[in-house]
Amino acid sequence: MMIIALDPLLSSDIGLSVILVMLMKVVIAFALLMVSVMLVIWFERKIVADMHNRVGPSLAGPWGILQTLADGIKLFFKEDLLPERADRIVFRLAPYLSLVPAFLSFAIVPIGGDFTNGGDGTVSIFGHRTLLQVADPPVGILLFLALSSIAVYGVMLAGWSSGSKYPLLGSVRASAQMISYEAALGLSMATVFLSSGTLSTSGIVAGQATWNWNLVTTGIIPFVIFVIAGTAELNRPPFDLVEAEQELVGGFHTEYSSIRFALFFLAEFMNMITMSAIAVTLFLGGPNGPILIKQISWVWPILWFFLKVMAFLFTFVWLRATLPRLRYDQLMDLGWKLLIPASLGWFLLIAALNIGEDRGWSSLLVVPIGLLILSAAALLLKGAIKKAKDSNLDAADLSEISEGSDQ
Amino acid sequence: METIVFLISAVVILSGALGVIFSKNPVHSALFMVQTLFGAAVLFVLLEATFLAAIQVIVYAGAIVILFVFVITLLGIDRAEDLKVEPIAGQRPLAVVLGASIFGIILTVLIVAVGGPTGVREANTPIGDAADNTRLLGETLFSKQVFSVELTALLLTVAVIGAVVLSARPQKPLIRTLQESDTEEETEEGGE
Repeated sequence: MMIIALDPLLSSDIGLSVILVMLMKVVIAFALLMVSVMLVIWFERKIVADMHNRVGPSLAGPWGILQTLADGIKLFFKEDLLPERADRIVFRLAPYLSLVPAFLSFAIVPIGGDFTNGGDGTVSIFGHRTLLQVADPPVGILLFLALSSIAVYGVMLAGWSSGSKYPLLGSVRASAQMISYEAALGLSMATVFLSSGTLSTSGIVAGQATWNWNLVTTGIIPFVIFVIAGTAELNRPPFDLVEAEQELVGGFHTEYSSIRFALFFLAEFMNMITMSAIAVTLFLGGPNGPILIKQISWVWPILWFFLKVMAFLFTFVWLRATLPRLRYDQLMDLGWKLLIPASLGWFLLIAALNIGEDRGWSSLLVVPIGLLILSAAALLLKGAIKKAKDSNLDAADLSEISEGSDQ
Repeated sequence: METIVFLISAVVILSGALGVIFSKNPVHSALFMVQTLFGAAVLFVLLEATFLAAIQVIVYAGAIVILFVFVITLLGIDRAEDLKVEPIAGQRPLAVVLGASIFGIILTVLIVAVGGPTGVREANTPIGDAADNTRLLGETLFSKQVFSVELTALLLTVAVIGAVVLSARPQKPLIRTLQESDTEEETEEGGE
């Protein structure tokens, strides 16, 4: 028997009822995502409008809540344009490469289940014990990293295949940005693996089922880095150079129209939800939270999970409404010179603490020494960056002088 | 079940590999390469090496081929290049000879090998807890194989430094001569 998942549902014989439960989970997750994307787009427009002191969507349905549906239907009936110089196959493929990873990565997020008091987070559906997540593969969260690296293709190929200047520039920016920040994202997640000792999402959540959700080890530096890198990975403001309207028209999706454009839009917001859900799972205890009324105990984890995700979604919208866009060199500096070294340093510190615990060293000794070494390394790095910057500036000055003298 | 998955992924891998060679457009070639890598990842899952499968996708499809596509689109060599140009003289016949000989070697090994490939697994029981192969891999890498890990790290560091040095080379002589002449002038002036 091949072990493809840790879910107790699949560890026994797989019969018709198991397949039905599985199918039900997939359909519910799909429907849930579609509906929440619709609501999140409305939510974002409404909140941003409030922050801009505007009204926002208000005509379709109560408080304009059906605006997204109306927009979707409109886009569906629009003409689907294919640019003359486009690469036909890749142009048609790209929106799906964006959308499918966005859907699939949500599959590993546990949205409910009681993990407290040694509970394994399983619930009973039609007599089958199962986790409240579509899949729990042994590689767990690595699946999310793999899928988010596939999602880069969607943006990149969309821009390239349009056969047009602005989309190409947008996609080149996008790929550089997403590759750079994926490193920081992965490294900040590595600290979580270190403190939970597992890659499986349900295992990570179970490891956080204490009163403090492991906030001391993962809650400060890795969490902040994850949120910044995650925002950059989503290409959302202030990291939306990919579709900077003032410079690039619409960025990678300039040439897209009709339903294909809608697919990109869908993927963007779905990624936002998935990133929030992953952040909640990795850093904020997932569905963990106090169970207030014992009679409906299964409701509480789901409720806590949704509240936490909502907080993240609001933060993303808030960032969009308040922060100006970064310049390209600032973006690269932030990613490579600050986020990656910081996450690596914190990772090493936590690793040293773990080893110290194994060997019986006093953590009172390990932490100061570790911090000392890290700050020395930080100073060295700072010096190196300053040196490189100075010599770059010199070179720029000199080349200007030489160009001037040539004329 | 295993055979069916194997056959499907074999078709995916081989058609992808052929696509890499026969597409005229470099970006299409790169995409076919992603297809091949995905097929290989499925084979890893089939062998219960789930960690390797994930790493295969993250590193190869997610980083290396992305960089290929990035460079191709950035340099704008994506329109089908003139295939008649041979950067190195005699490259084509040499490629045919090399390809044929590698194929021959593989074939010979398969035929000569004792007992030949049977398709039966060497170990039928998992070495440890199969769901935990990430931990097993980590333990092996950082206990028995620690020197190879360190050497690989060294190799990568050398490669990174090499890349930096190579990319910085064309600018340097110009800047240095300019800097030197500037400072010389300044010191001469300052000395007086």
